[in-house]
Amino acid sequence: MAMDAQTLIHITAYTGGGIAMGLGAIGAAIGEGYTASQANLAISRNPSISGDLFKNMLVGQAVAESASIFALVIAILLLFLDVASDSKLTAAALFGAGICIGFGAIGSGVGSGFPGGQCCTGIARQPAVTSKLTTNMLIGSAVCQTPAIFSMVVALMLLFMDFSKMPLYPTWAALVGAGVSTGLAAIGSGYGGGLAAGASCEGLARQPEASGNLTTTMLVGQAVAQTPSIFGLLISFILIFKTFPESTALKASMALLAAGICMGFGGIGPGIGNGMAAQGAVKWVARNMKNAGDLMRIMLVGQAVSQSTAIYAMVISLVLIFVL
Amino acid sequence: MAIEGVDIVKAAAFLGAGISMGLGAIGPGVGEGMVAAKACEAIGKNPKEAGLLTRTMLVGQAVSESTGIYSLVIALLLLFVV
Repeated sequence: MAMDAQTLIHITAYTGGGIAMGLGAIGAAIGEGYTASQANLAISRNPSISGDLFKNMLVGQAVAESASIFALVIAILLLFLDVASDSKLTAAALFGAGICIGFGAIGSGVGSGFPGGQCCTGIARQPAVTSKLTTNMLIGSAVCQTPAIFSMVVALMLLFMDFSKMPLYPTWAALVGAGVSTGLAAIGSGYGGGLAAGASCEGLARQPEASGNLTTTMLVGQAVAQTPSIFGLLISFILIFKTFPESTALKASMALLAAGICMGFGGIGPGIGNGMAAQGAVKWVARNMKNAGDLMRIMLVGQAVSQSTAIYAMVISLVLIFVL
Repeated sequence: MAIEGVDIVKAAAFLGAGISMGLGAIGPGVGEGMVAAKACEAIGKNPKEAGLLTRTMLVGQAVSESTGIYSLVIALLLLFVV
């Protein structure tokens, strides 16, 4: 079936837009639901401060919502952006952009819900530290959003960069792979970062004098949990910026697509695992402040081991891009 | 674009390698994270045994890592041997 470039661009832009918003709606909705459920429990526990709790719930939900707003922006751009290109590569780039932000918004949306919910629970338990809890929640959930922001950046680059000078084969696979890599890898990091942030809000309400230690442990743990999504971003940048020699062989295209799939899926597990390790450490810093140093050390050792599979995935991706 | 048999086999091997390592990395990552979380809990409860707990955590994680290494081996076999 012969198809001109404009038709193909419209097809991929519309399907990409649908995928972006469809997948992108999953995470934020779950995360906000969790926040609201915890807010309800908190209000039933301590109805006298229902106003504060309600306000806090809305602030937490607003941060979680931003992930799906990114997806909405990209979806609207995909639907209405007038692309005057006559290159079939643009079609691949638009599809990649849709996949990237669609998957990329899932983890951050779910993850941001945890600090919001735990913050409500904490306020009901310890109303005196409301402002500290809200600040901690905002820091934690802001870090959770970074994987979604990485996806947004890659999606915008795929939308607005000009690829028409590149050879169609195998660059089309590189562009789709770039979207898959950052999009999927962001799921784990967003979710994992949220686990750590939730635990730190819970811990702060339990042990307000440990707030400094808790925030530090949370941020270190979250930073390590972000690394798989940074690996994903790195592979995407290589796939976007490297010029690949023209080759109509199927294997040349599949190597680049596989590089994106490998790093994308490979980043999910370590991101969640690093987040769990950080959650455990933060939770126990609140219960046993004296041993914060030991806990931080074991968290980092555990995270380093959990990280190894993301590094294997990155190695295989780099081999697929540069060696084969 | 003409596709030959050898080419499609290589293409499938590359795609398989990516899927193998990609999906194979999910389990160990999550599993090892759980181990680390529980090790933190254990050290929080009983800080005196930190050395023993760290060792147990690392051995447990090493076992959990094995499936990730299987995936890596299969990916490398698909890339370079098959």
